[in-house]
Amino acid sequence: MLEIDAVTTTYGAVRALDEVTIGVDEGSITAVLGANGAGKTTLLRTISGLVRPRSGRITAFGRDITRTPTDEIARGGLAHVPEGGGVITELTVEENLRLGALWRRDRADRAAALREVHELFPPLAERGDRAASTLSGGERQMLAIGRALMSRPRLLLLDEPSLGLAPLVTERIMHVLRDLRSRTGLTVVLVEQNARSALSISDRGFVLALGRVVASDDAGTLLADDQLRHAYLGF
Amino acid sequence: MNTIWHLVLNGISSGAVYAALGLSLVIIYRATRVVNFAQPALALISAYLAYATTKATGSYWLGFAVALLAGTLLGVLVERLLIRRVSRRSELSSIIVTLGLLLVLQAVAGMIWSNEPHAFGYAFDFRGRFSATDLFAVSAVLVTAAGVLLLFKFTPLGLRMRAAAFRPEVAKMLGVRVGLMLTAGWGLAALVGSLAGMLAIPPFISPNVLDKVFVFALTAAVLGGLDNPVGTIVGGFALGIGLSCISGLVGPELVPLAALAVLVLVLAVRPSGLFGRTIARRV
Amino acid sequence: MTSTNTSRPGVAEAPASGGLDRPRTRVVPPLLVHLLAALVALAAVVALTLLTDPFTNLRIATVGYYLVAVAGLALLTGFNGQVSLGHGAFMFIGAYTVALLVLHVPAFPLWADLLLAAVTSGVAGLLAGAAAARLHGPYLAGATLALAVGLPAVTQRFPELLEGSNGLSFTVNSTPDALVGVVPPTRWQAWVVWVAVLLALVVLANLARGRLGRTLRAVRDDEVAASLAGVHVGRTKVLAFLVSAVCGGLAGGLQAFLLGTAAPGSFTPALSLSLLAALVLGGLGSLWGALWGALALVYFQVWTEDFSDLLHLPTNVADNLPLALYGVVLVVVILLFPHGVQGGLHHLRLRLLASRSPRRGVTDRVTDADDPRSEGEA
Repeated sequence: MLEIDAVTTTYGAVRALDEVTIGVDEGSITAVLGANGAGKTTLLRTISGLVRPRSGRITAFGRDITRTPTDEIARGGLAHVPEGGGVITELTVEENLRLGALWRRDRADRAAALREVHELFPPLAERGDRAASTLSGGERQMLAIGRALMSRPRLLLLDEPSLGLAPLVTERIMHVLRDLRSRTGLTVVLVEQNARSALSISDRGFVLALGRVVASDDAGTLLADDQLRHAYLGF
Repeated sequence: MNTIWHLVLNGISSGAVYAALGLSLVIIYRATRVVNFAQPALALISAYLAYATTKATGSYWLGFAVALLAGTLLGVLVERLLIRRVSRRSELSSIIVTLGLLLVLQAVAGMIWSNEPHAFGYAFDFRGRFSATDLFAVSAVLVTAAGVLLLFKFTPLGLRMRAAAFRPEVAKMLGVRVGLMLTAGWGLAALVGSLAGMLAIPPFISPNVLDKVFVFALTAAVLGGLDNPVGTIVGGFALGIGLSCISGLVGPELVPLAALAVLVLVLAVRPSGLFGRTIARRV
Repeated sequence: MTSTNTSRPGVAEAPASGGLDRPRTRVVPPLLVHLLAALVALAAVVALTLLTDPFTNLRIATVGYYLVAVAGLALLTGFNGQVSLGHGAFMFIGAYTVALLVLHVPAFPLWADLLLAAVTSGVAGLLAGAAAARLHGPYLAGATLALAVGLPAVTQRFPELLEGSNGLSFTVNSTPDALVGVVPPTRWQAWVVWVAVLLALVVLANLARGRLGRTLRAVRDDEVAASLAGVHVGRTKVLAFLVSAVCGGLAGGLQAFLLGTAAPGSFTPALSLSLLAALVLGGLGSLWGALWGALALVYFQVWTEDFSDLLHLPTNVADNLPLALYGVVLVVVILLFPHGVQGGLHHLRLRLLASRSPRRGVTDRVTDADDPRSEGEA
């Protein structure tokens, strides 16, 4: 589904990603964990083409997307929810949602997607006409994820969806993700600092430290590995 | 009393022009954070093409169409060939580059059509108080402005353009062809600018004919906060009326300085314009 | 996370403008150095005028007043980051001040006329600066453009005093009686212009090198940081406008003195924009750049005229060629050579030094490469 093969990304002299190799199976939830500055956000930004890797290869949906422009990758079925959600506050809630599916031709299906997202996150339906700037943090994160789902993606990249949210909201989002995976076969890559809640819904986990993959295993094994938890995950 | 009324009517029709040219600046500023100092030159070249067309064919409206078409095309070309290379650099760079373009285009116009003024026709009868031409100017601008606003607010293209303007990176992640949207924005802006030029230029066209109009349009756009289309249109009409009164009651030679005074005063009181969203920019 | 880009966006300036910032031996005060340099420059100019015909003398004088105008703009736009598209307005003020004084107060000596031109323009600059201190980027550019468009029109407001669009004409017999017949008038004028210009430049160079220069740059780079460091941001910006306007006024005054006229047609927005073009071409952020810019202003004109004559270009084309050239310069320099001529020279010098001492790379800081001690080692 998604193959990241020996990818190195640099910012000037800093190696943000150093020969990172990660494989993601179709229909799985994969957690990417690590401390601040480990390279997690850079990894997602490199996958969706916002940053160009210095070397290595990225394949998604059986296509080499290493040099593909971001918008084209998005239209190929990859949705990326950036850190903080990337909600466009100058637009209304509904405009944000509609934006997520604009590139898809099927008008009826776009309307159906909007209904589904409204069902998934009822607060978004109530606040459709309001400016997105009026939403709370949790609602914004719902809007961001809902907007990503509007395009019916095959692969969803989520950057710290739990950042700054109440545990209850985080739990709701995690629940929605697991539910979507089992219903639609959506593939999810989940970047989190909150390792415990991420691993609780994931199949596999990768731990990044200073741009390198330092551990990769089944989510359950990682959760049980005390040494790793203390060294890299901080719980 | 009669004079005042006359001045106000005059101001409305010239205000329409400031509003239109100001709107073209705002469309671009909103999309690329660039104030297009070359905008009057784009309008100038398209108006000269209209002049040439009308002279060759005798048809004012054919020239009019050529102007709008050429203006749009120029806007698209300028964005593709020039602005794309500087928009990621500093504010100063983009100001200087658009100014450079202004000088080049004005010089080219002078080279082809000479610096001497040529007679440039009105659309309709221009005699009398609020003539057919004035009516045409005001309604053309209002219709265009409404069209632009509706396009932005209610069409998928407009939504894409707004998204690309506000958060280009996010827009890309949502599959929007951001580069294309910026080009479209420049094309649209230059179209509106060319319309403003066609309305502002008569009775005579010369390479510097739009200099003052541009200053007024910029003032109108600043009144609107540079990124607020509605505020700019309102600002354009208000400025038109105000300046027309100053011109009639004090003297036409002081009008640019009056615009400067308005600009400075407004910005002193509200640094983001009368209708601009107050953004905490500095901290 | 790691996606922050630390490079500061900005029109690049010439790195550490040559010779002004270097910590040299502290014994000689900079003022003395600058004065000595000015004397050398004056000697060079005098020598040049003696070797050339009156026509070229006039051009040398023209380079002089453009130099002072561009240098003033360099302080404002290059050092302080405030764009002015209206510097022609200050030249306008200076020119009309000199013209009015010559016509109405003939008793005043020339130096007093020029001084008053600078002072008047300085007052205008103070006002402009106070209004502009709160404006930034495109707002400031727009306001100064409005000034350039609007100010010359006041001549129409006062047709009896300022003669409308015809402007004022006058004659200045500045040559001292003892030298009449010995020194041709244009040569004498060139000398006068350059004495004034070099005096102004000494002051400018001192300001740029000293505390004011550092403050100006600090405000340009980061207003918040500068104000936290105790810099009075507003005052600094107004001061930059003041100094810059004084230079503009002096330049305008010298122009009027040289040409014997002051007319609104000479102070179009195009003049202001060509001053900016000259600054950008020479290199923002360096006073030396102003020299190359001023030379370009004069010689672009000369060359395009020669070129047009050579090819028998129609007058329409010939008249607009300089303007087109300034425009192309603005675009091309910003796109391809953001450091301008001075930046290029600086780079060239580093390369030469590097090739002379093979142990040092091209990328060495200028302070290293220029350090006299490192030459001894090599």
